[in-house]
Amino acid sequence: MRWQLSALILFVISFLVISCANDQDIEFKRAYSAGEVVYTQHCQNCHGNNGEGLSALMPPLTDSVYLKQNKTQLACIIKFGLKDKLVIVSGKPYQNQMPPADLAPIEISQVLTYVKNSFGNKMGVVKVEDVNKDLGDCK
Amino acid sequence: MRNLFYALICVLALSACNNSASQKMLPIYGNREASTKTVDGKTVTDTIYQTIPKFNFINQYGDSISNKSLDGNIYVADFFFTTCPSICPVMHRNMLNVYKEFKNVGNFKIVSYTIDPKHDSVDVLKKYADKLGVTGNNWLFLQGQKEETYKLAKGYMVEAREGNVHDGYFILVDKQKRIRGSYLGTDPAEVTKMIADIKTLQAEPDQNIAQ
Repeated sequence: MRWQLSALILFVISFLVISCANDQDIEFKRAYSAGEVVYTQHCQNCHGNNGEGLSALMPPLTDSVYLKQNKTQLACIIKFGLKDKLVIVSGKPYQNQMPPADLAPIEISQVLTYVKNSFGNKMGVVKVEDVNKDLGDCK
Repeated sequence: MRNLFYALICVLALSACNNSASQKMLPIYGNREASTKTVDGKTVTDTIYQTIPKFNFINQYGDSISNKSLDGNIYVADFFFTTCPSICPVMHRNMLNVYKEFKNVGNFKIVSYTIDPKHDSVDVLKKYADKLGVTGNNWLFLQGQKEETYKLAKGYMVEAREGNVHDGYFILVDKQKRIRGSYLGTDPAEVTKMIADIKTLQAEPDQNIAQ
């Protein structure tokens, strides 16, 4: 009897602990860890393990101001790449070609969540609905 | 007890001898053949090692660079192209550390051959070097005929072929143009080992003879 009781108490406590972590937090963590996988496969070679970029060839991903100012463009840049376009990141010019990455909107939202919350950035989760909206407005 | 003590002394003395006798040498890679000659009535056998074949390419400044231009240098070679999105940025991120380490050391060079000469003109290579932060003549970006480049890659014992296919090895070449090491350029740990090996090679007596 005593054994059953303590098992029940343990179950109740663990249930409480799990439900304490709220849904938003779980959603963020899920997107972040999935985004890390996408980043490793599609972005890391050029932009580096720590988003540091490569000299004046590849821009770093550490410029929160750039990420904020170009918020609605980021999904388009990832999906279609960049060609002959000058971008100013952390006050430095970059004009290298960026190849398009054939990613689904959900993957784009995941990798953006990862980038925007790594390398010193802290900008919260990127929702797939927003990515879909931004992709519809690509120039 | 006393016997044990003497035994210990013996072992220590032996190991001390071993340490001082074995100076670290890098291996010599590639095919080798024996050449037997008669010098002053005596038969002498020499080992002929595989060496890097002749080439004549153009660097990022538009100057002609041949195998002769590299005489008297220890150098590291790799094959790449500037628009490569996969392993090249990683290779050159790591190579940049090698460049910085030996920037002020004479008789050392880095040689990167483009396997896409159609796109990678002298002008494109110069811009690439500038953006990478490479100045001077320590790191050469070379452009030559495509077929010549593929053939030369075989001389370095690496792969480069049609469709911009190449592997990511850094090849360490000594002053006698023999291959002394190959390192996966995409792995920072291997590149760190290469930096150590270059220093070992520089210390070899053979490498200090004026060529």
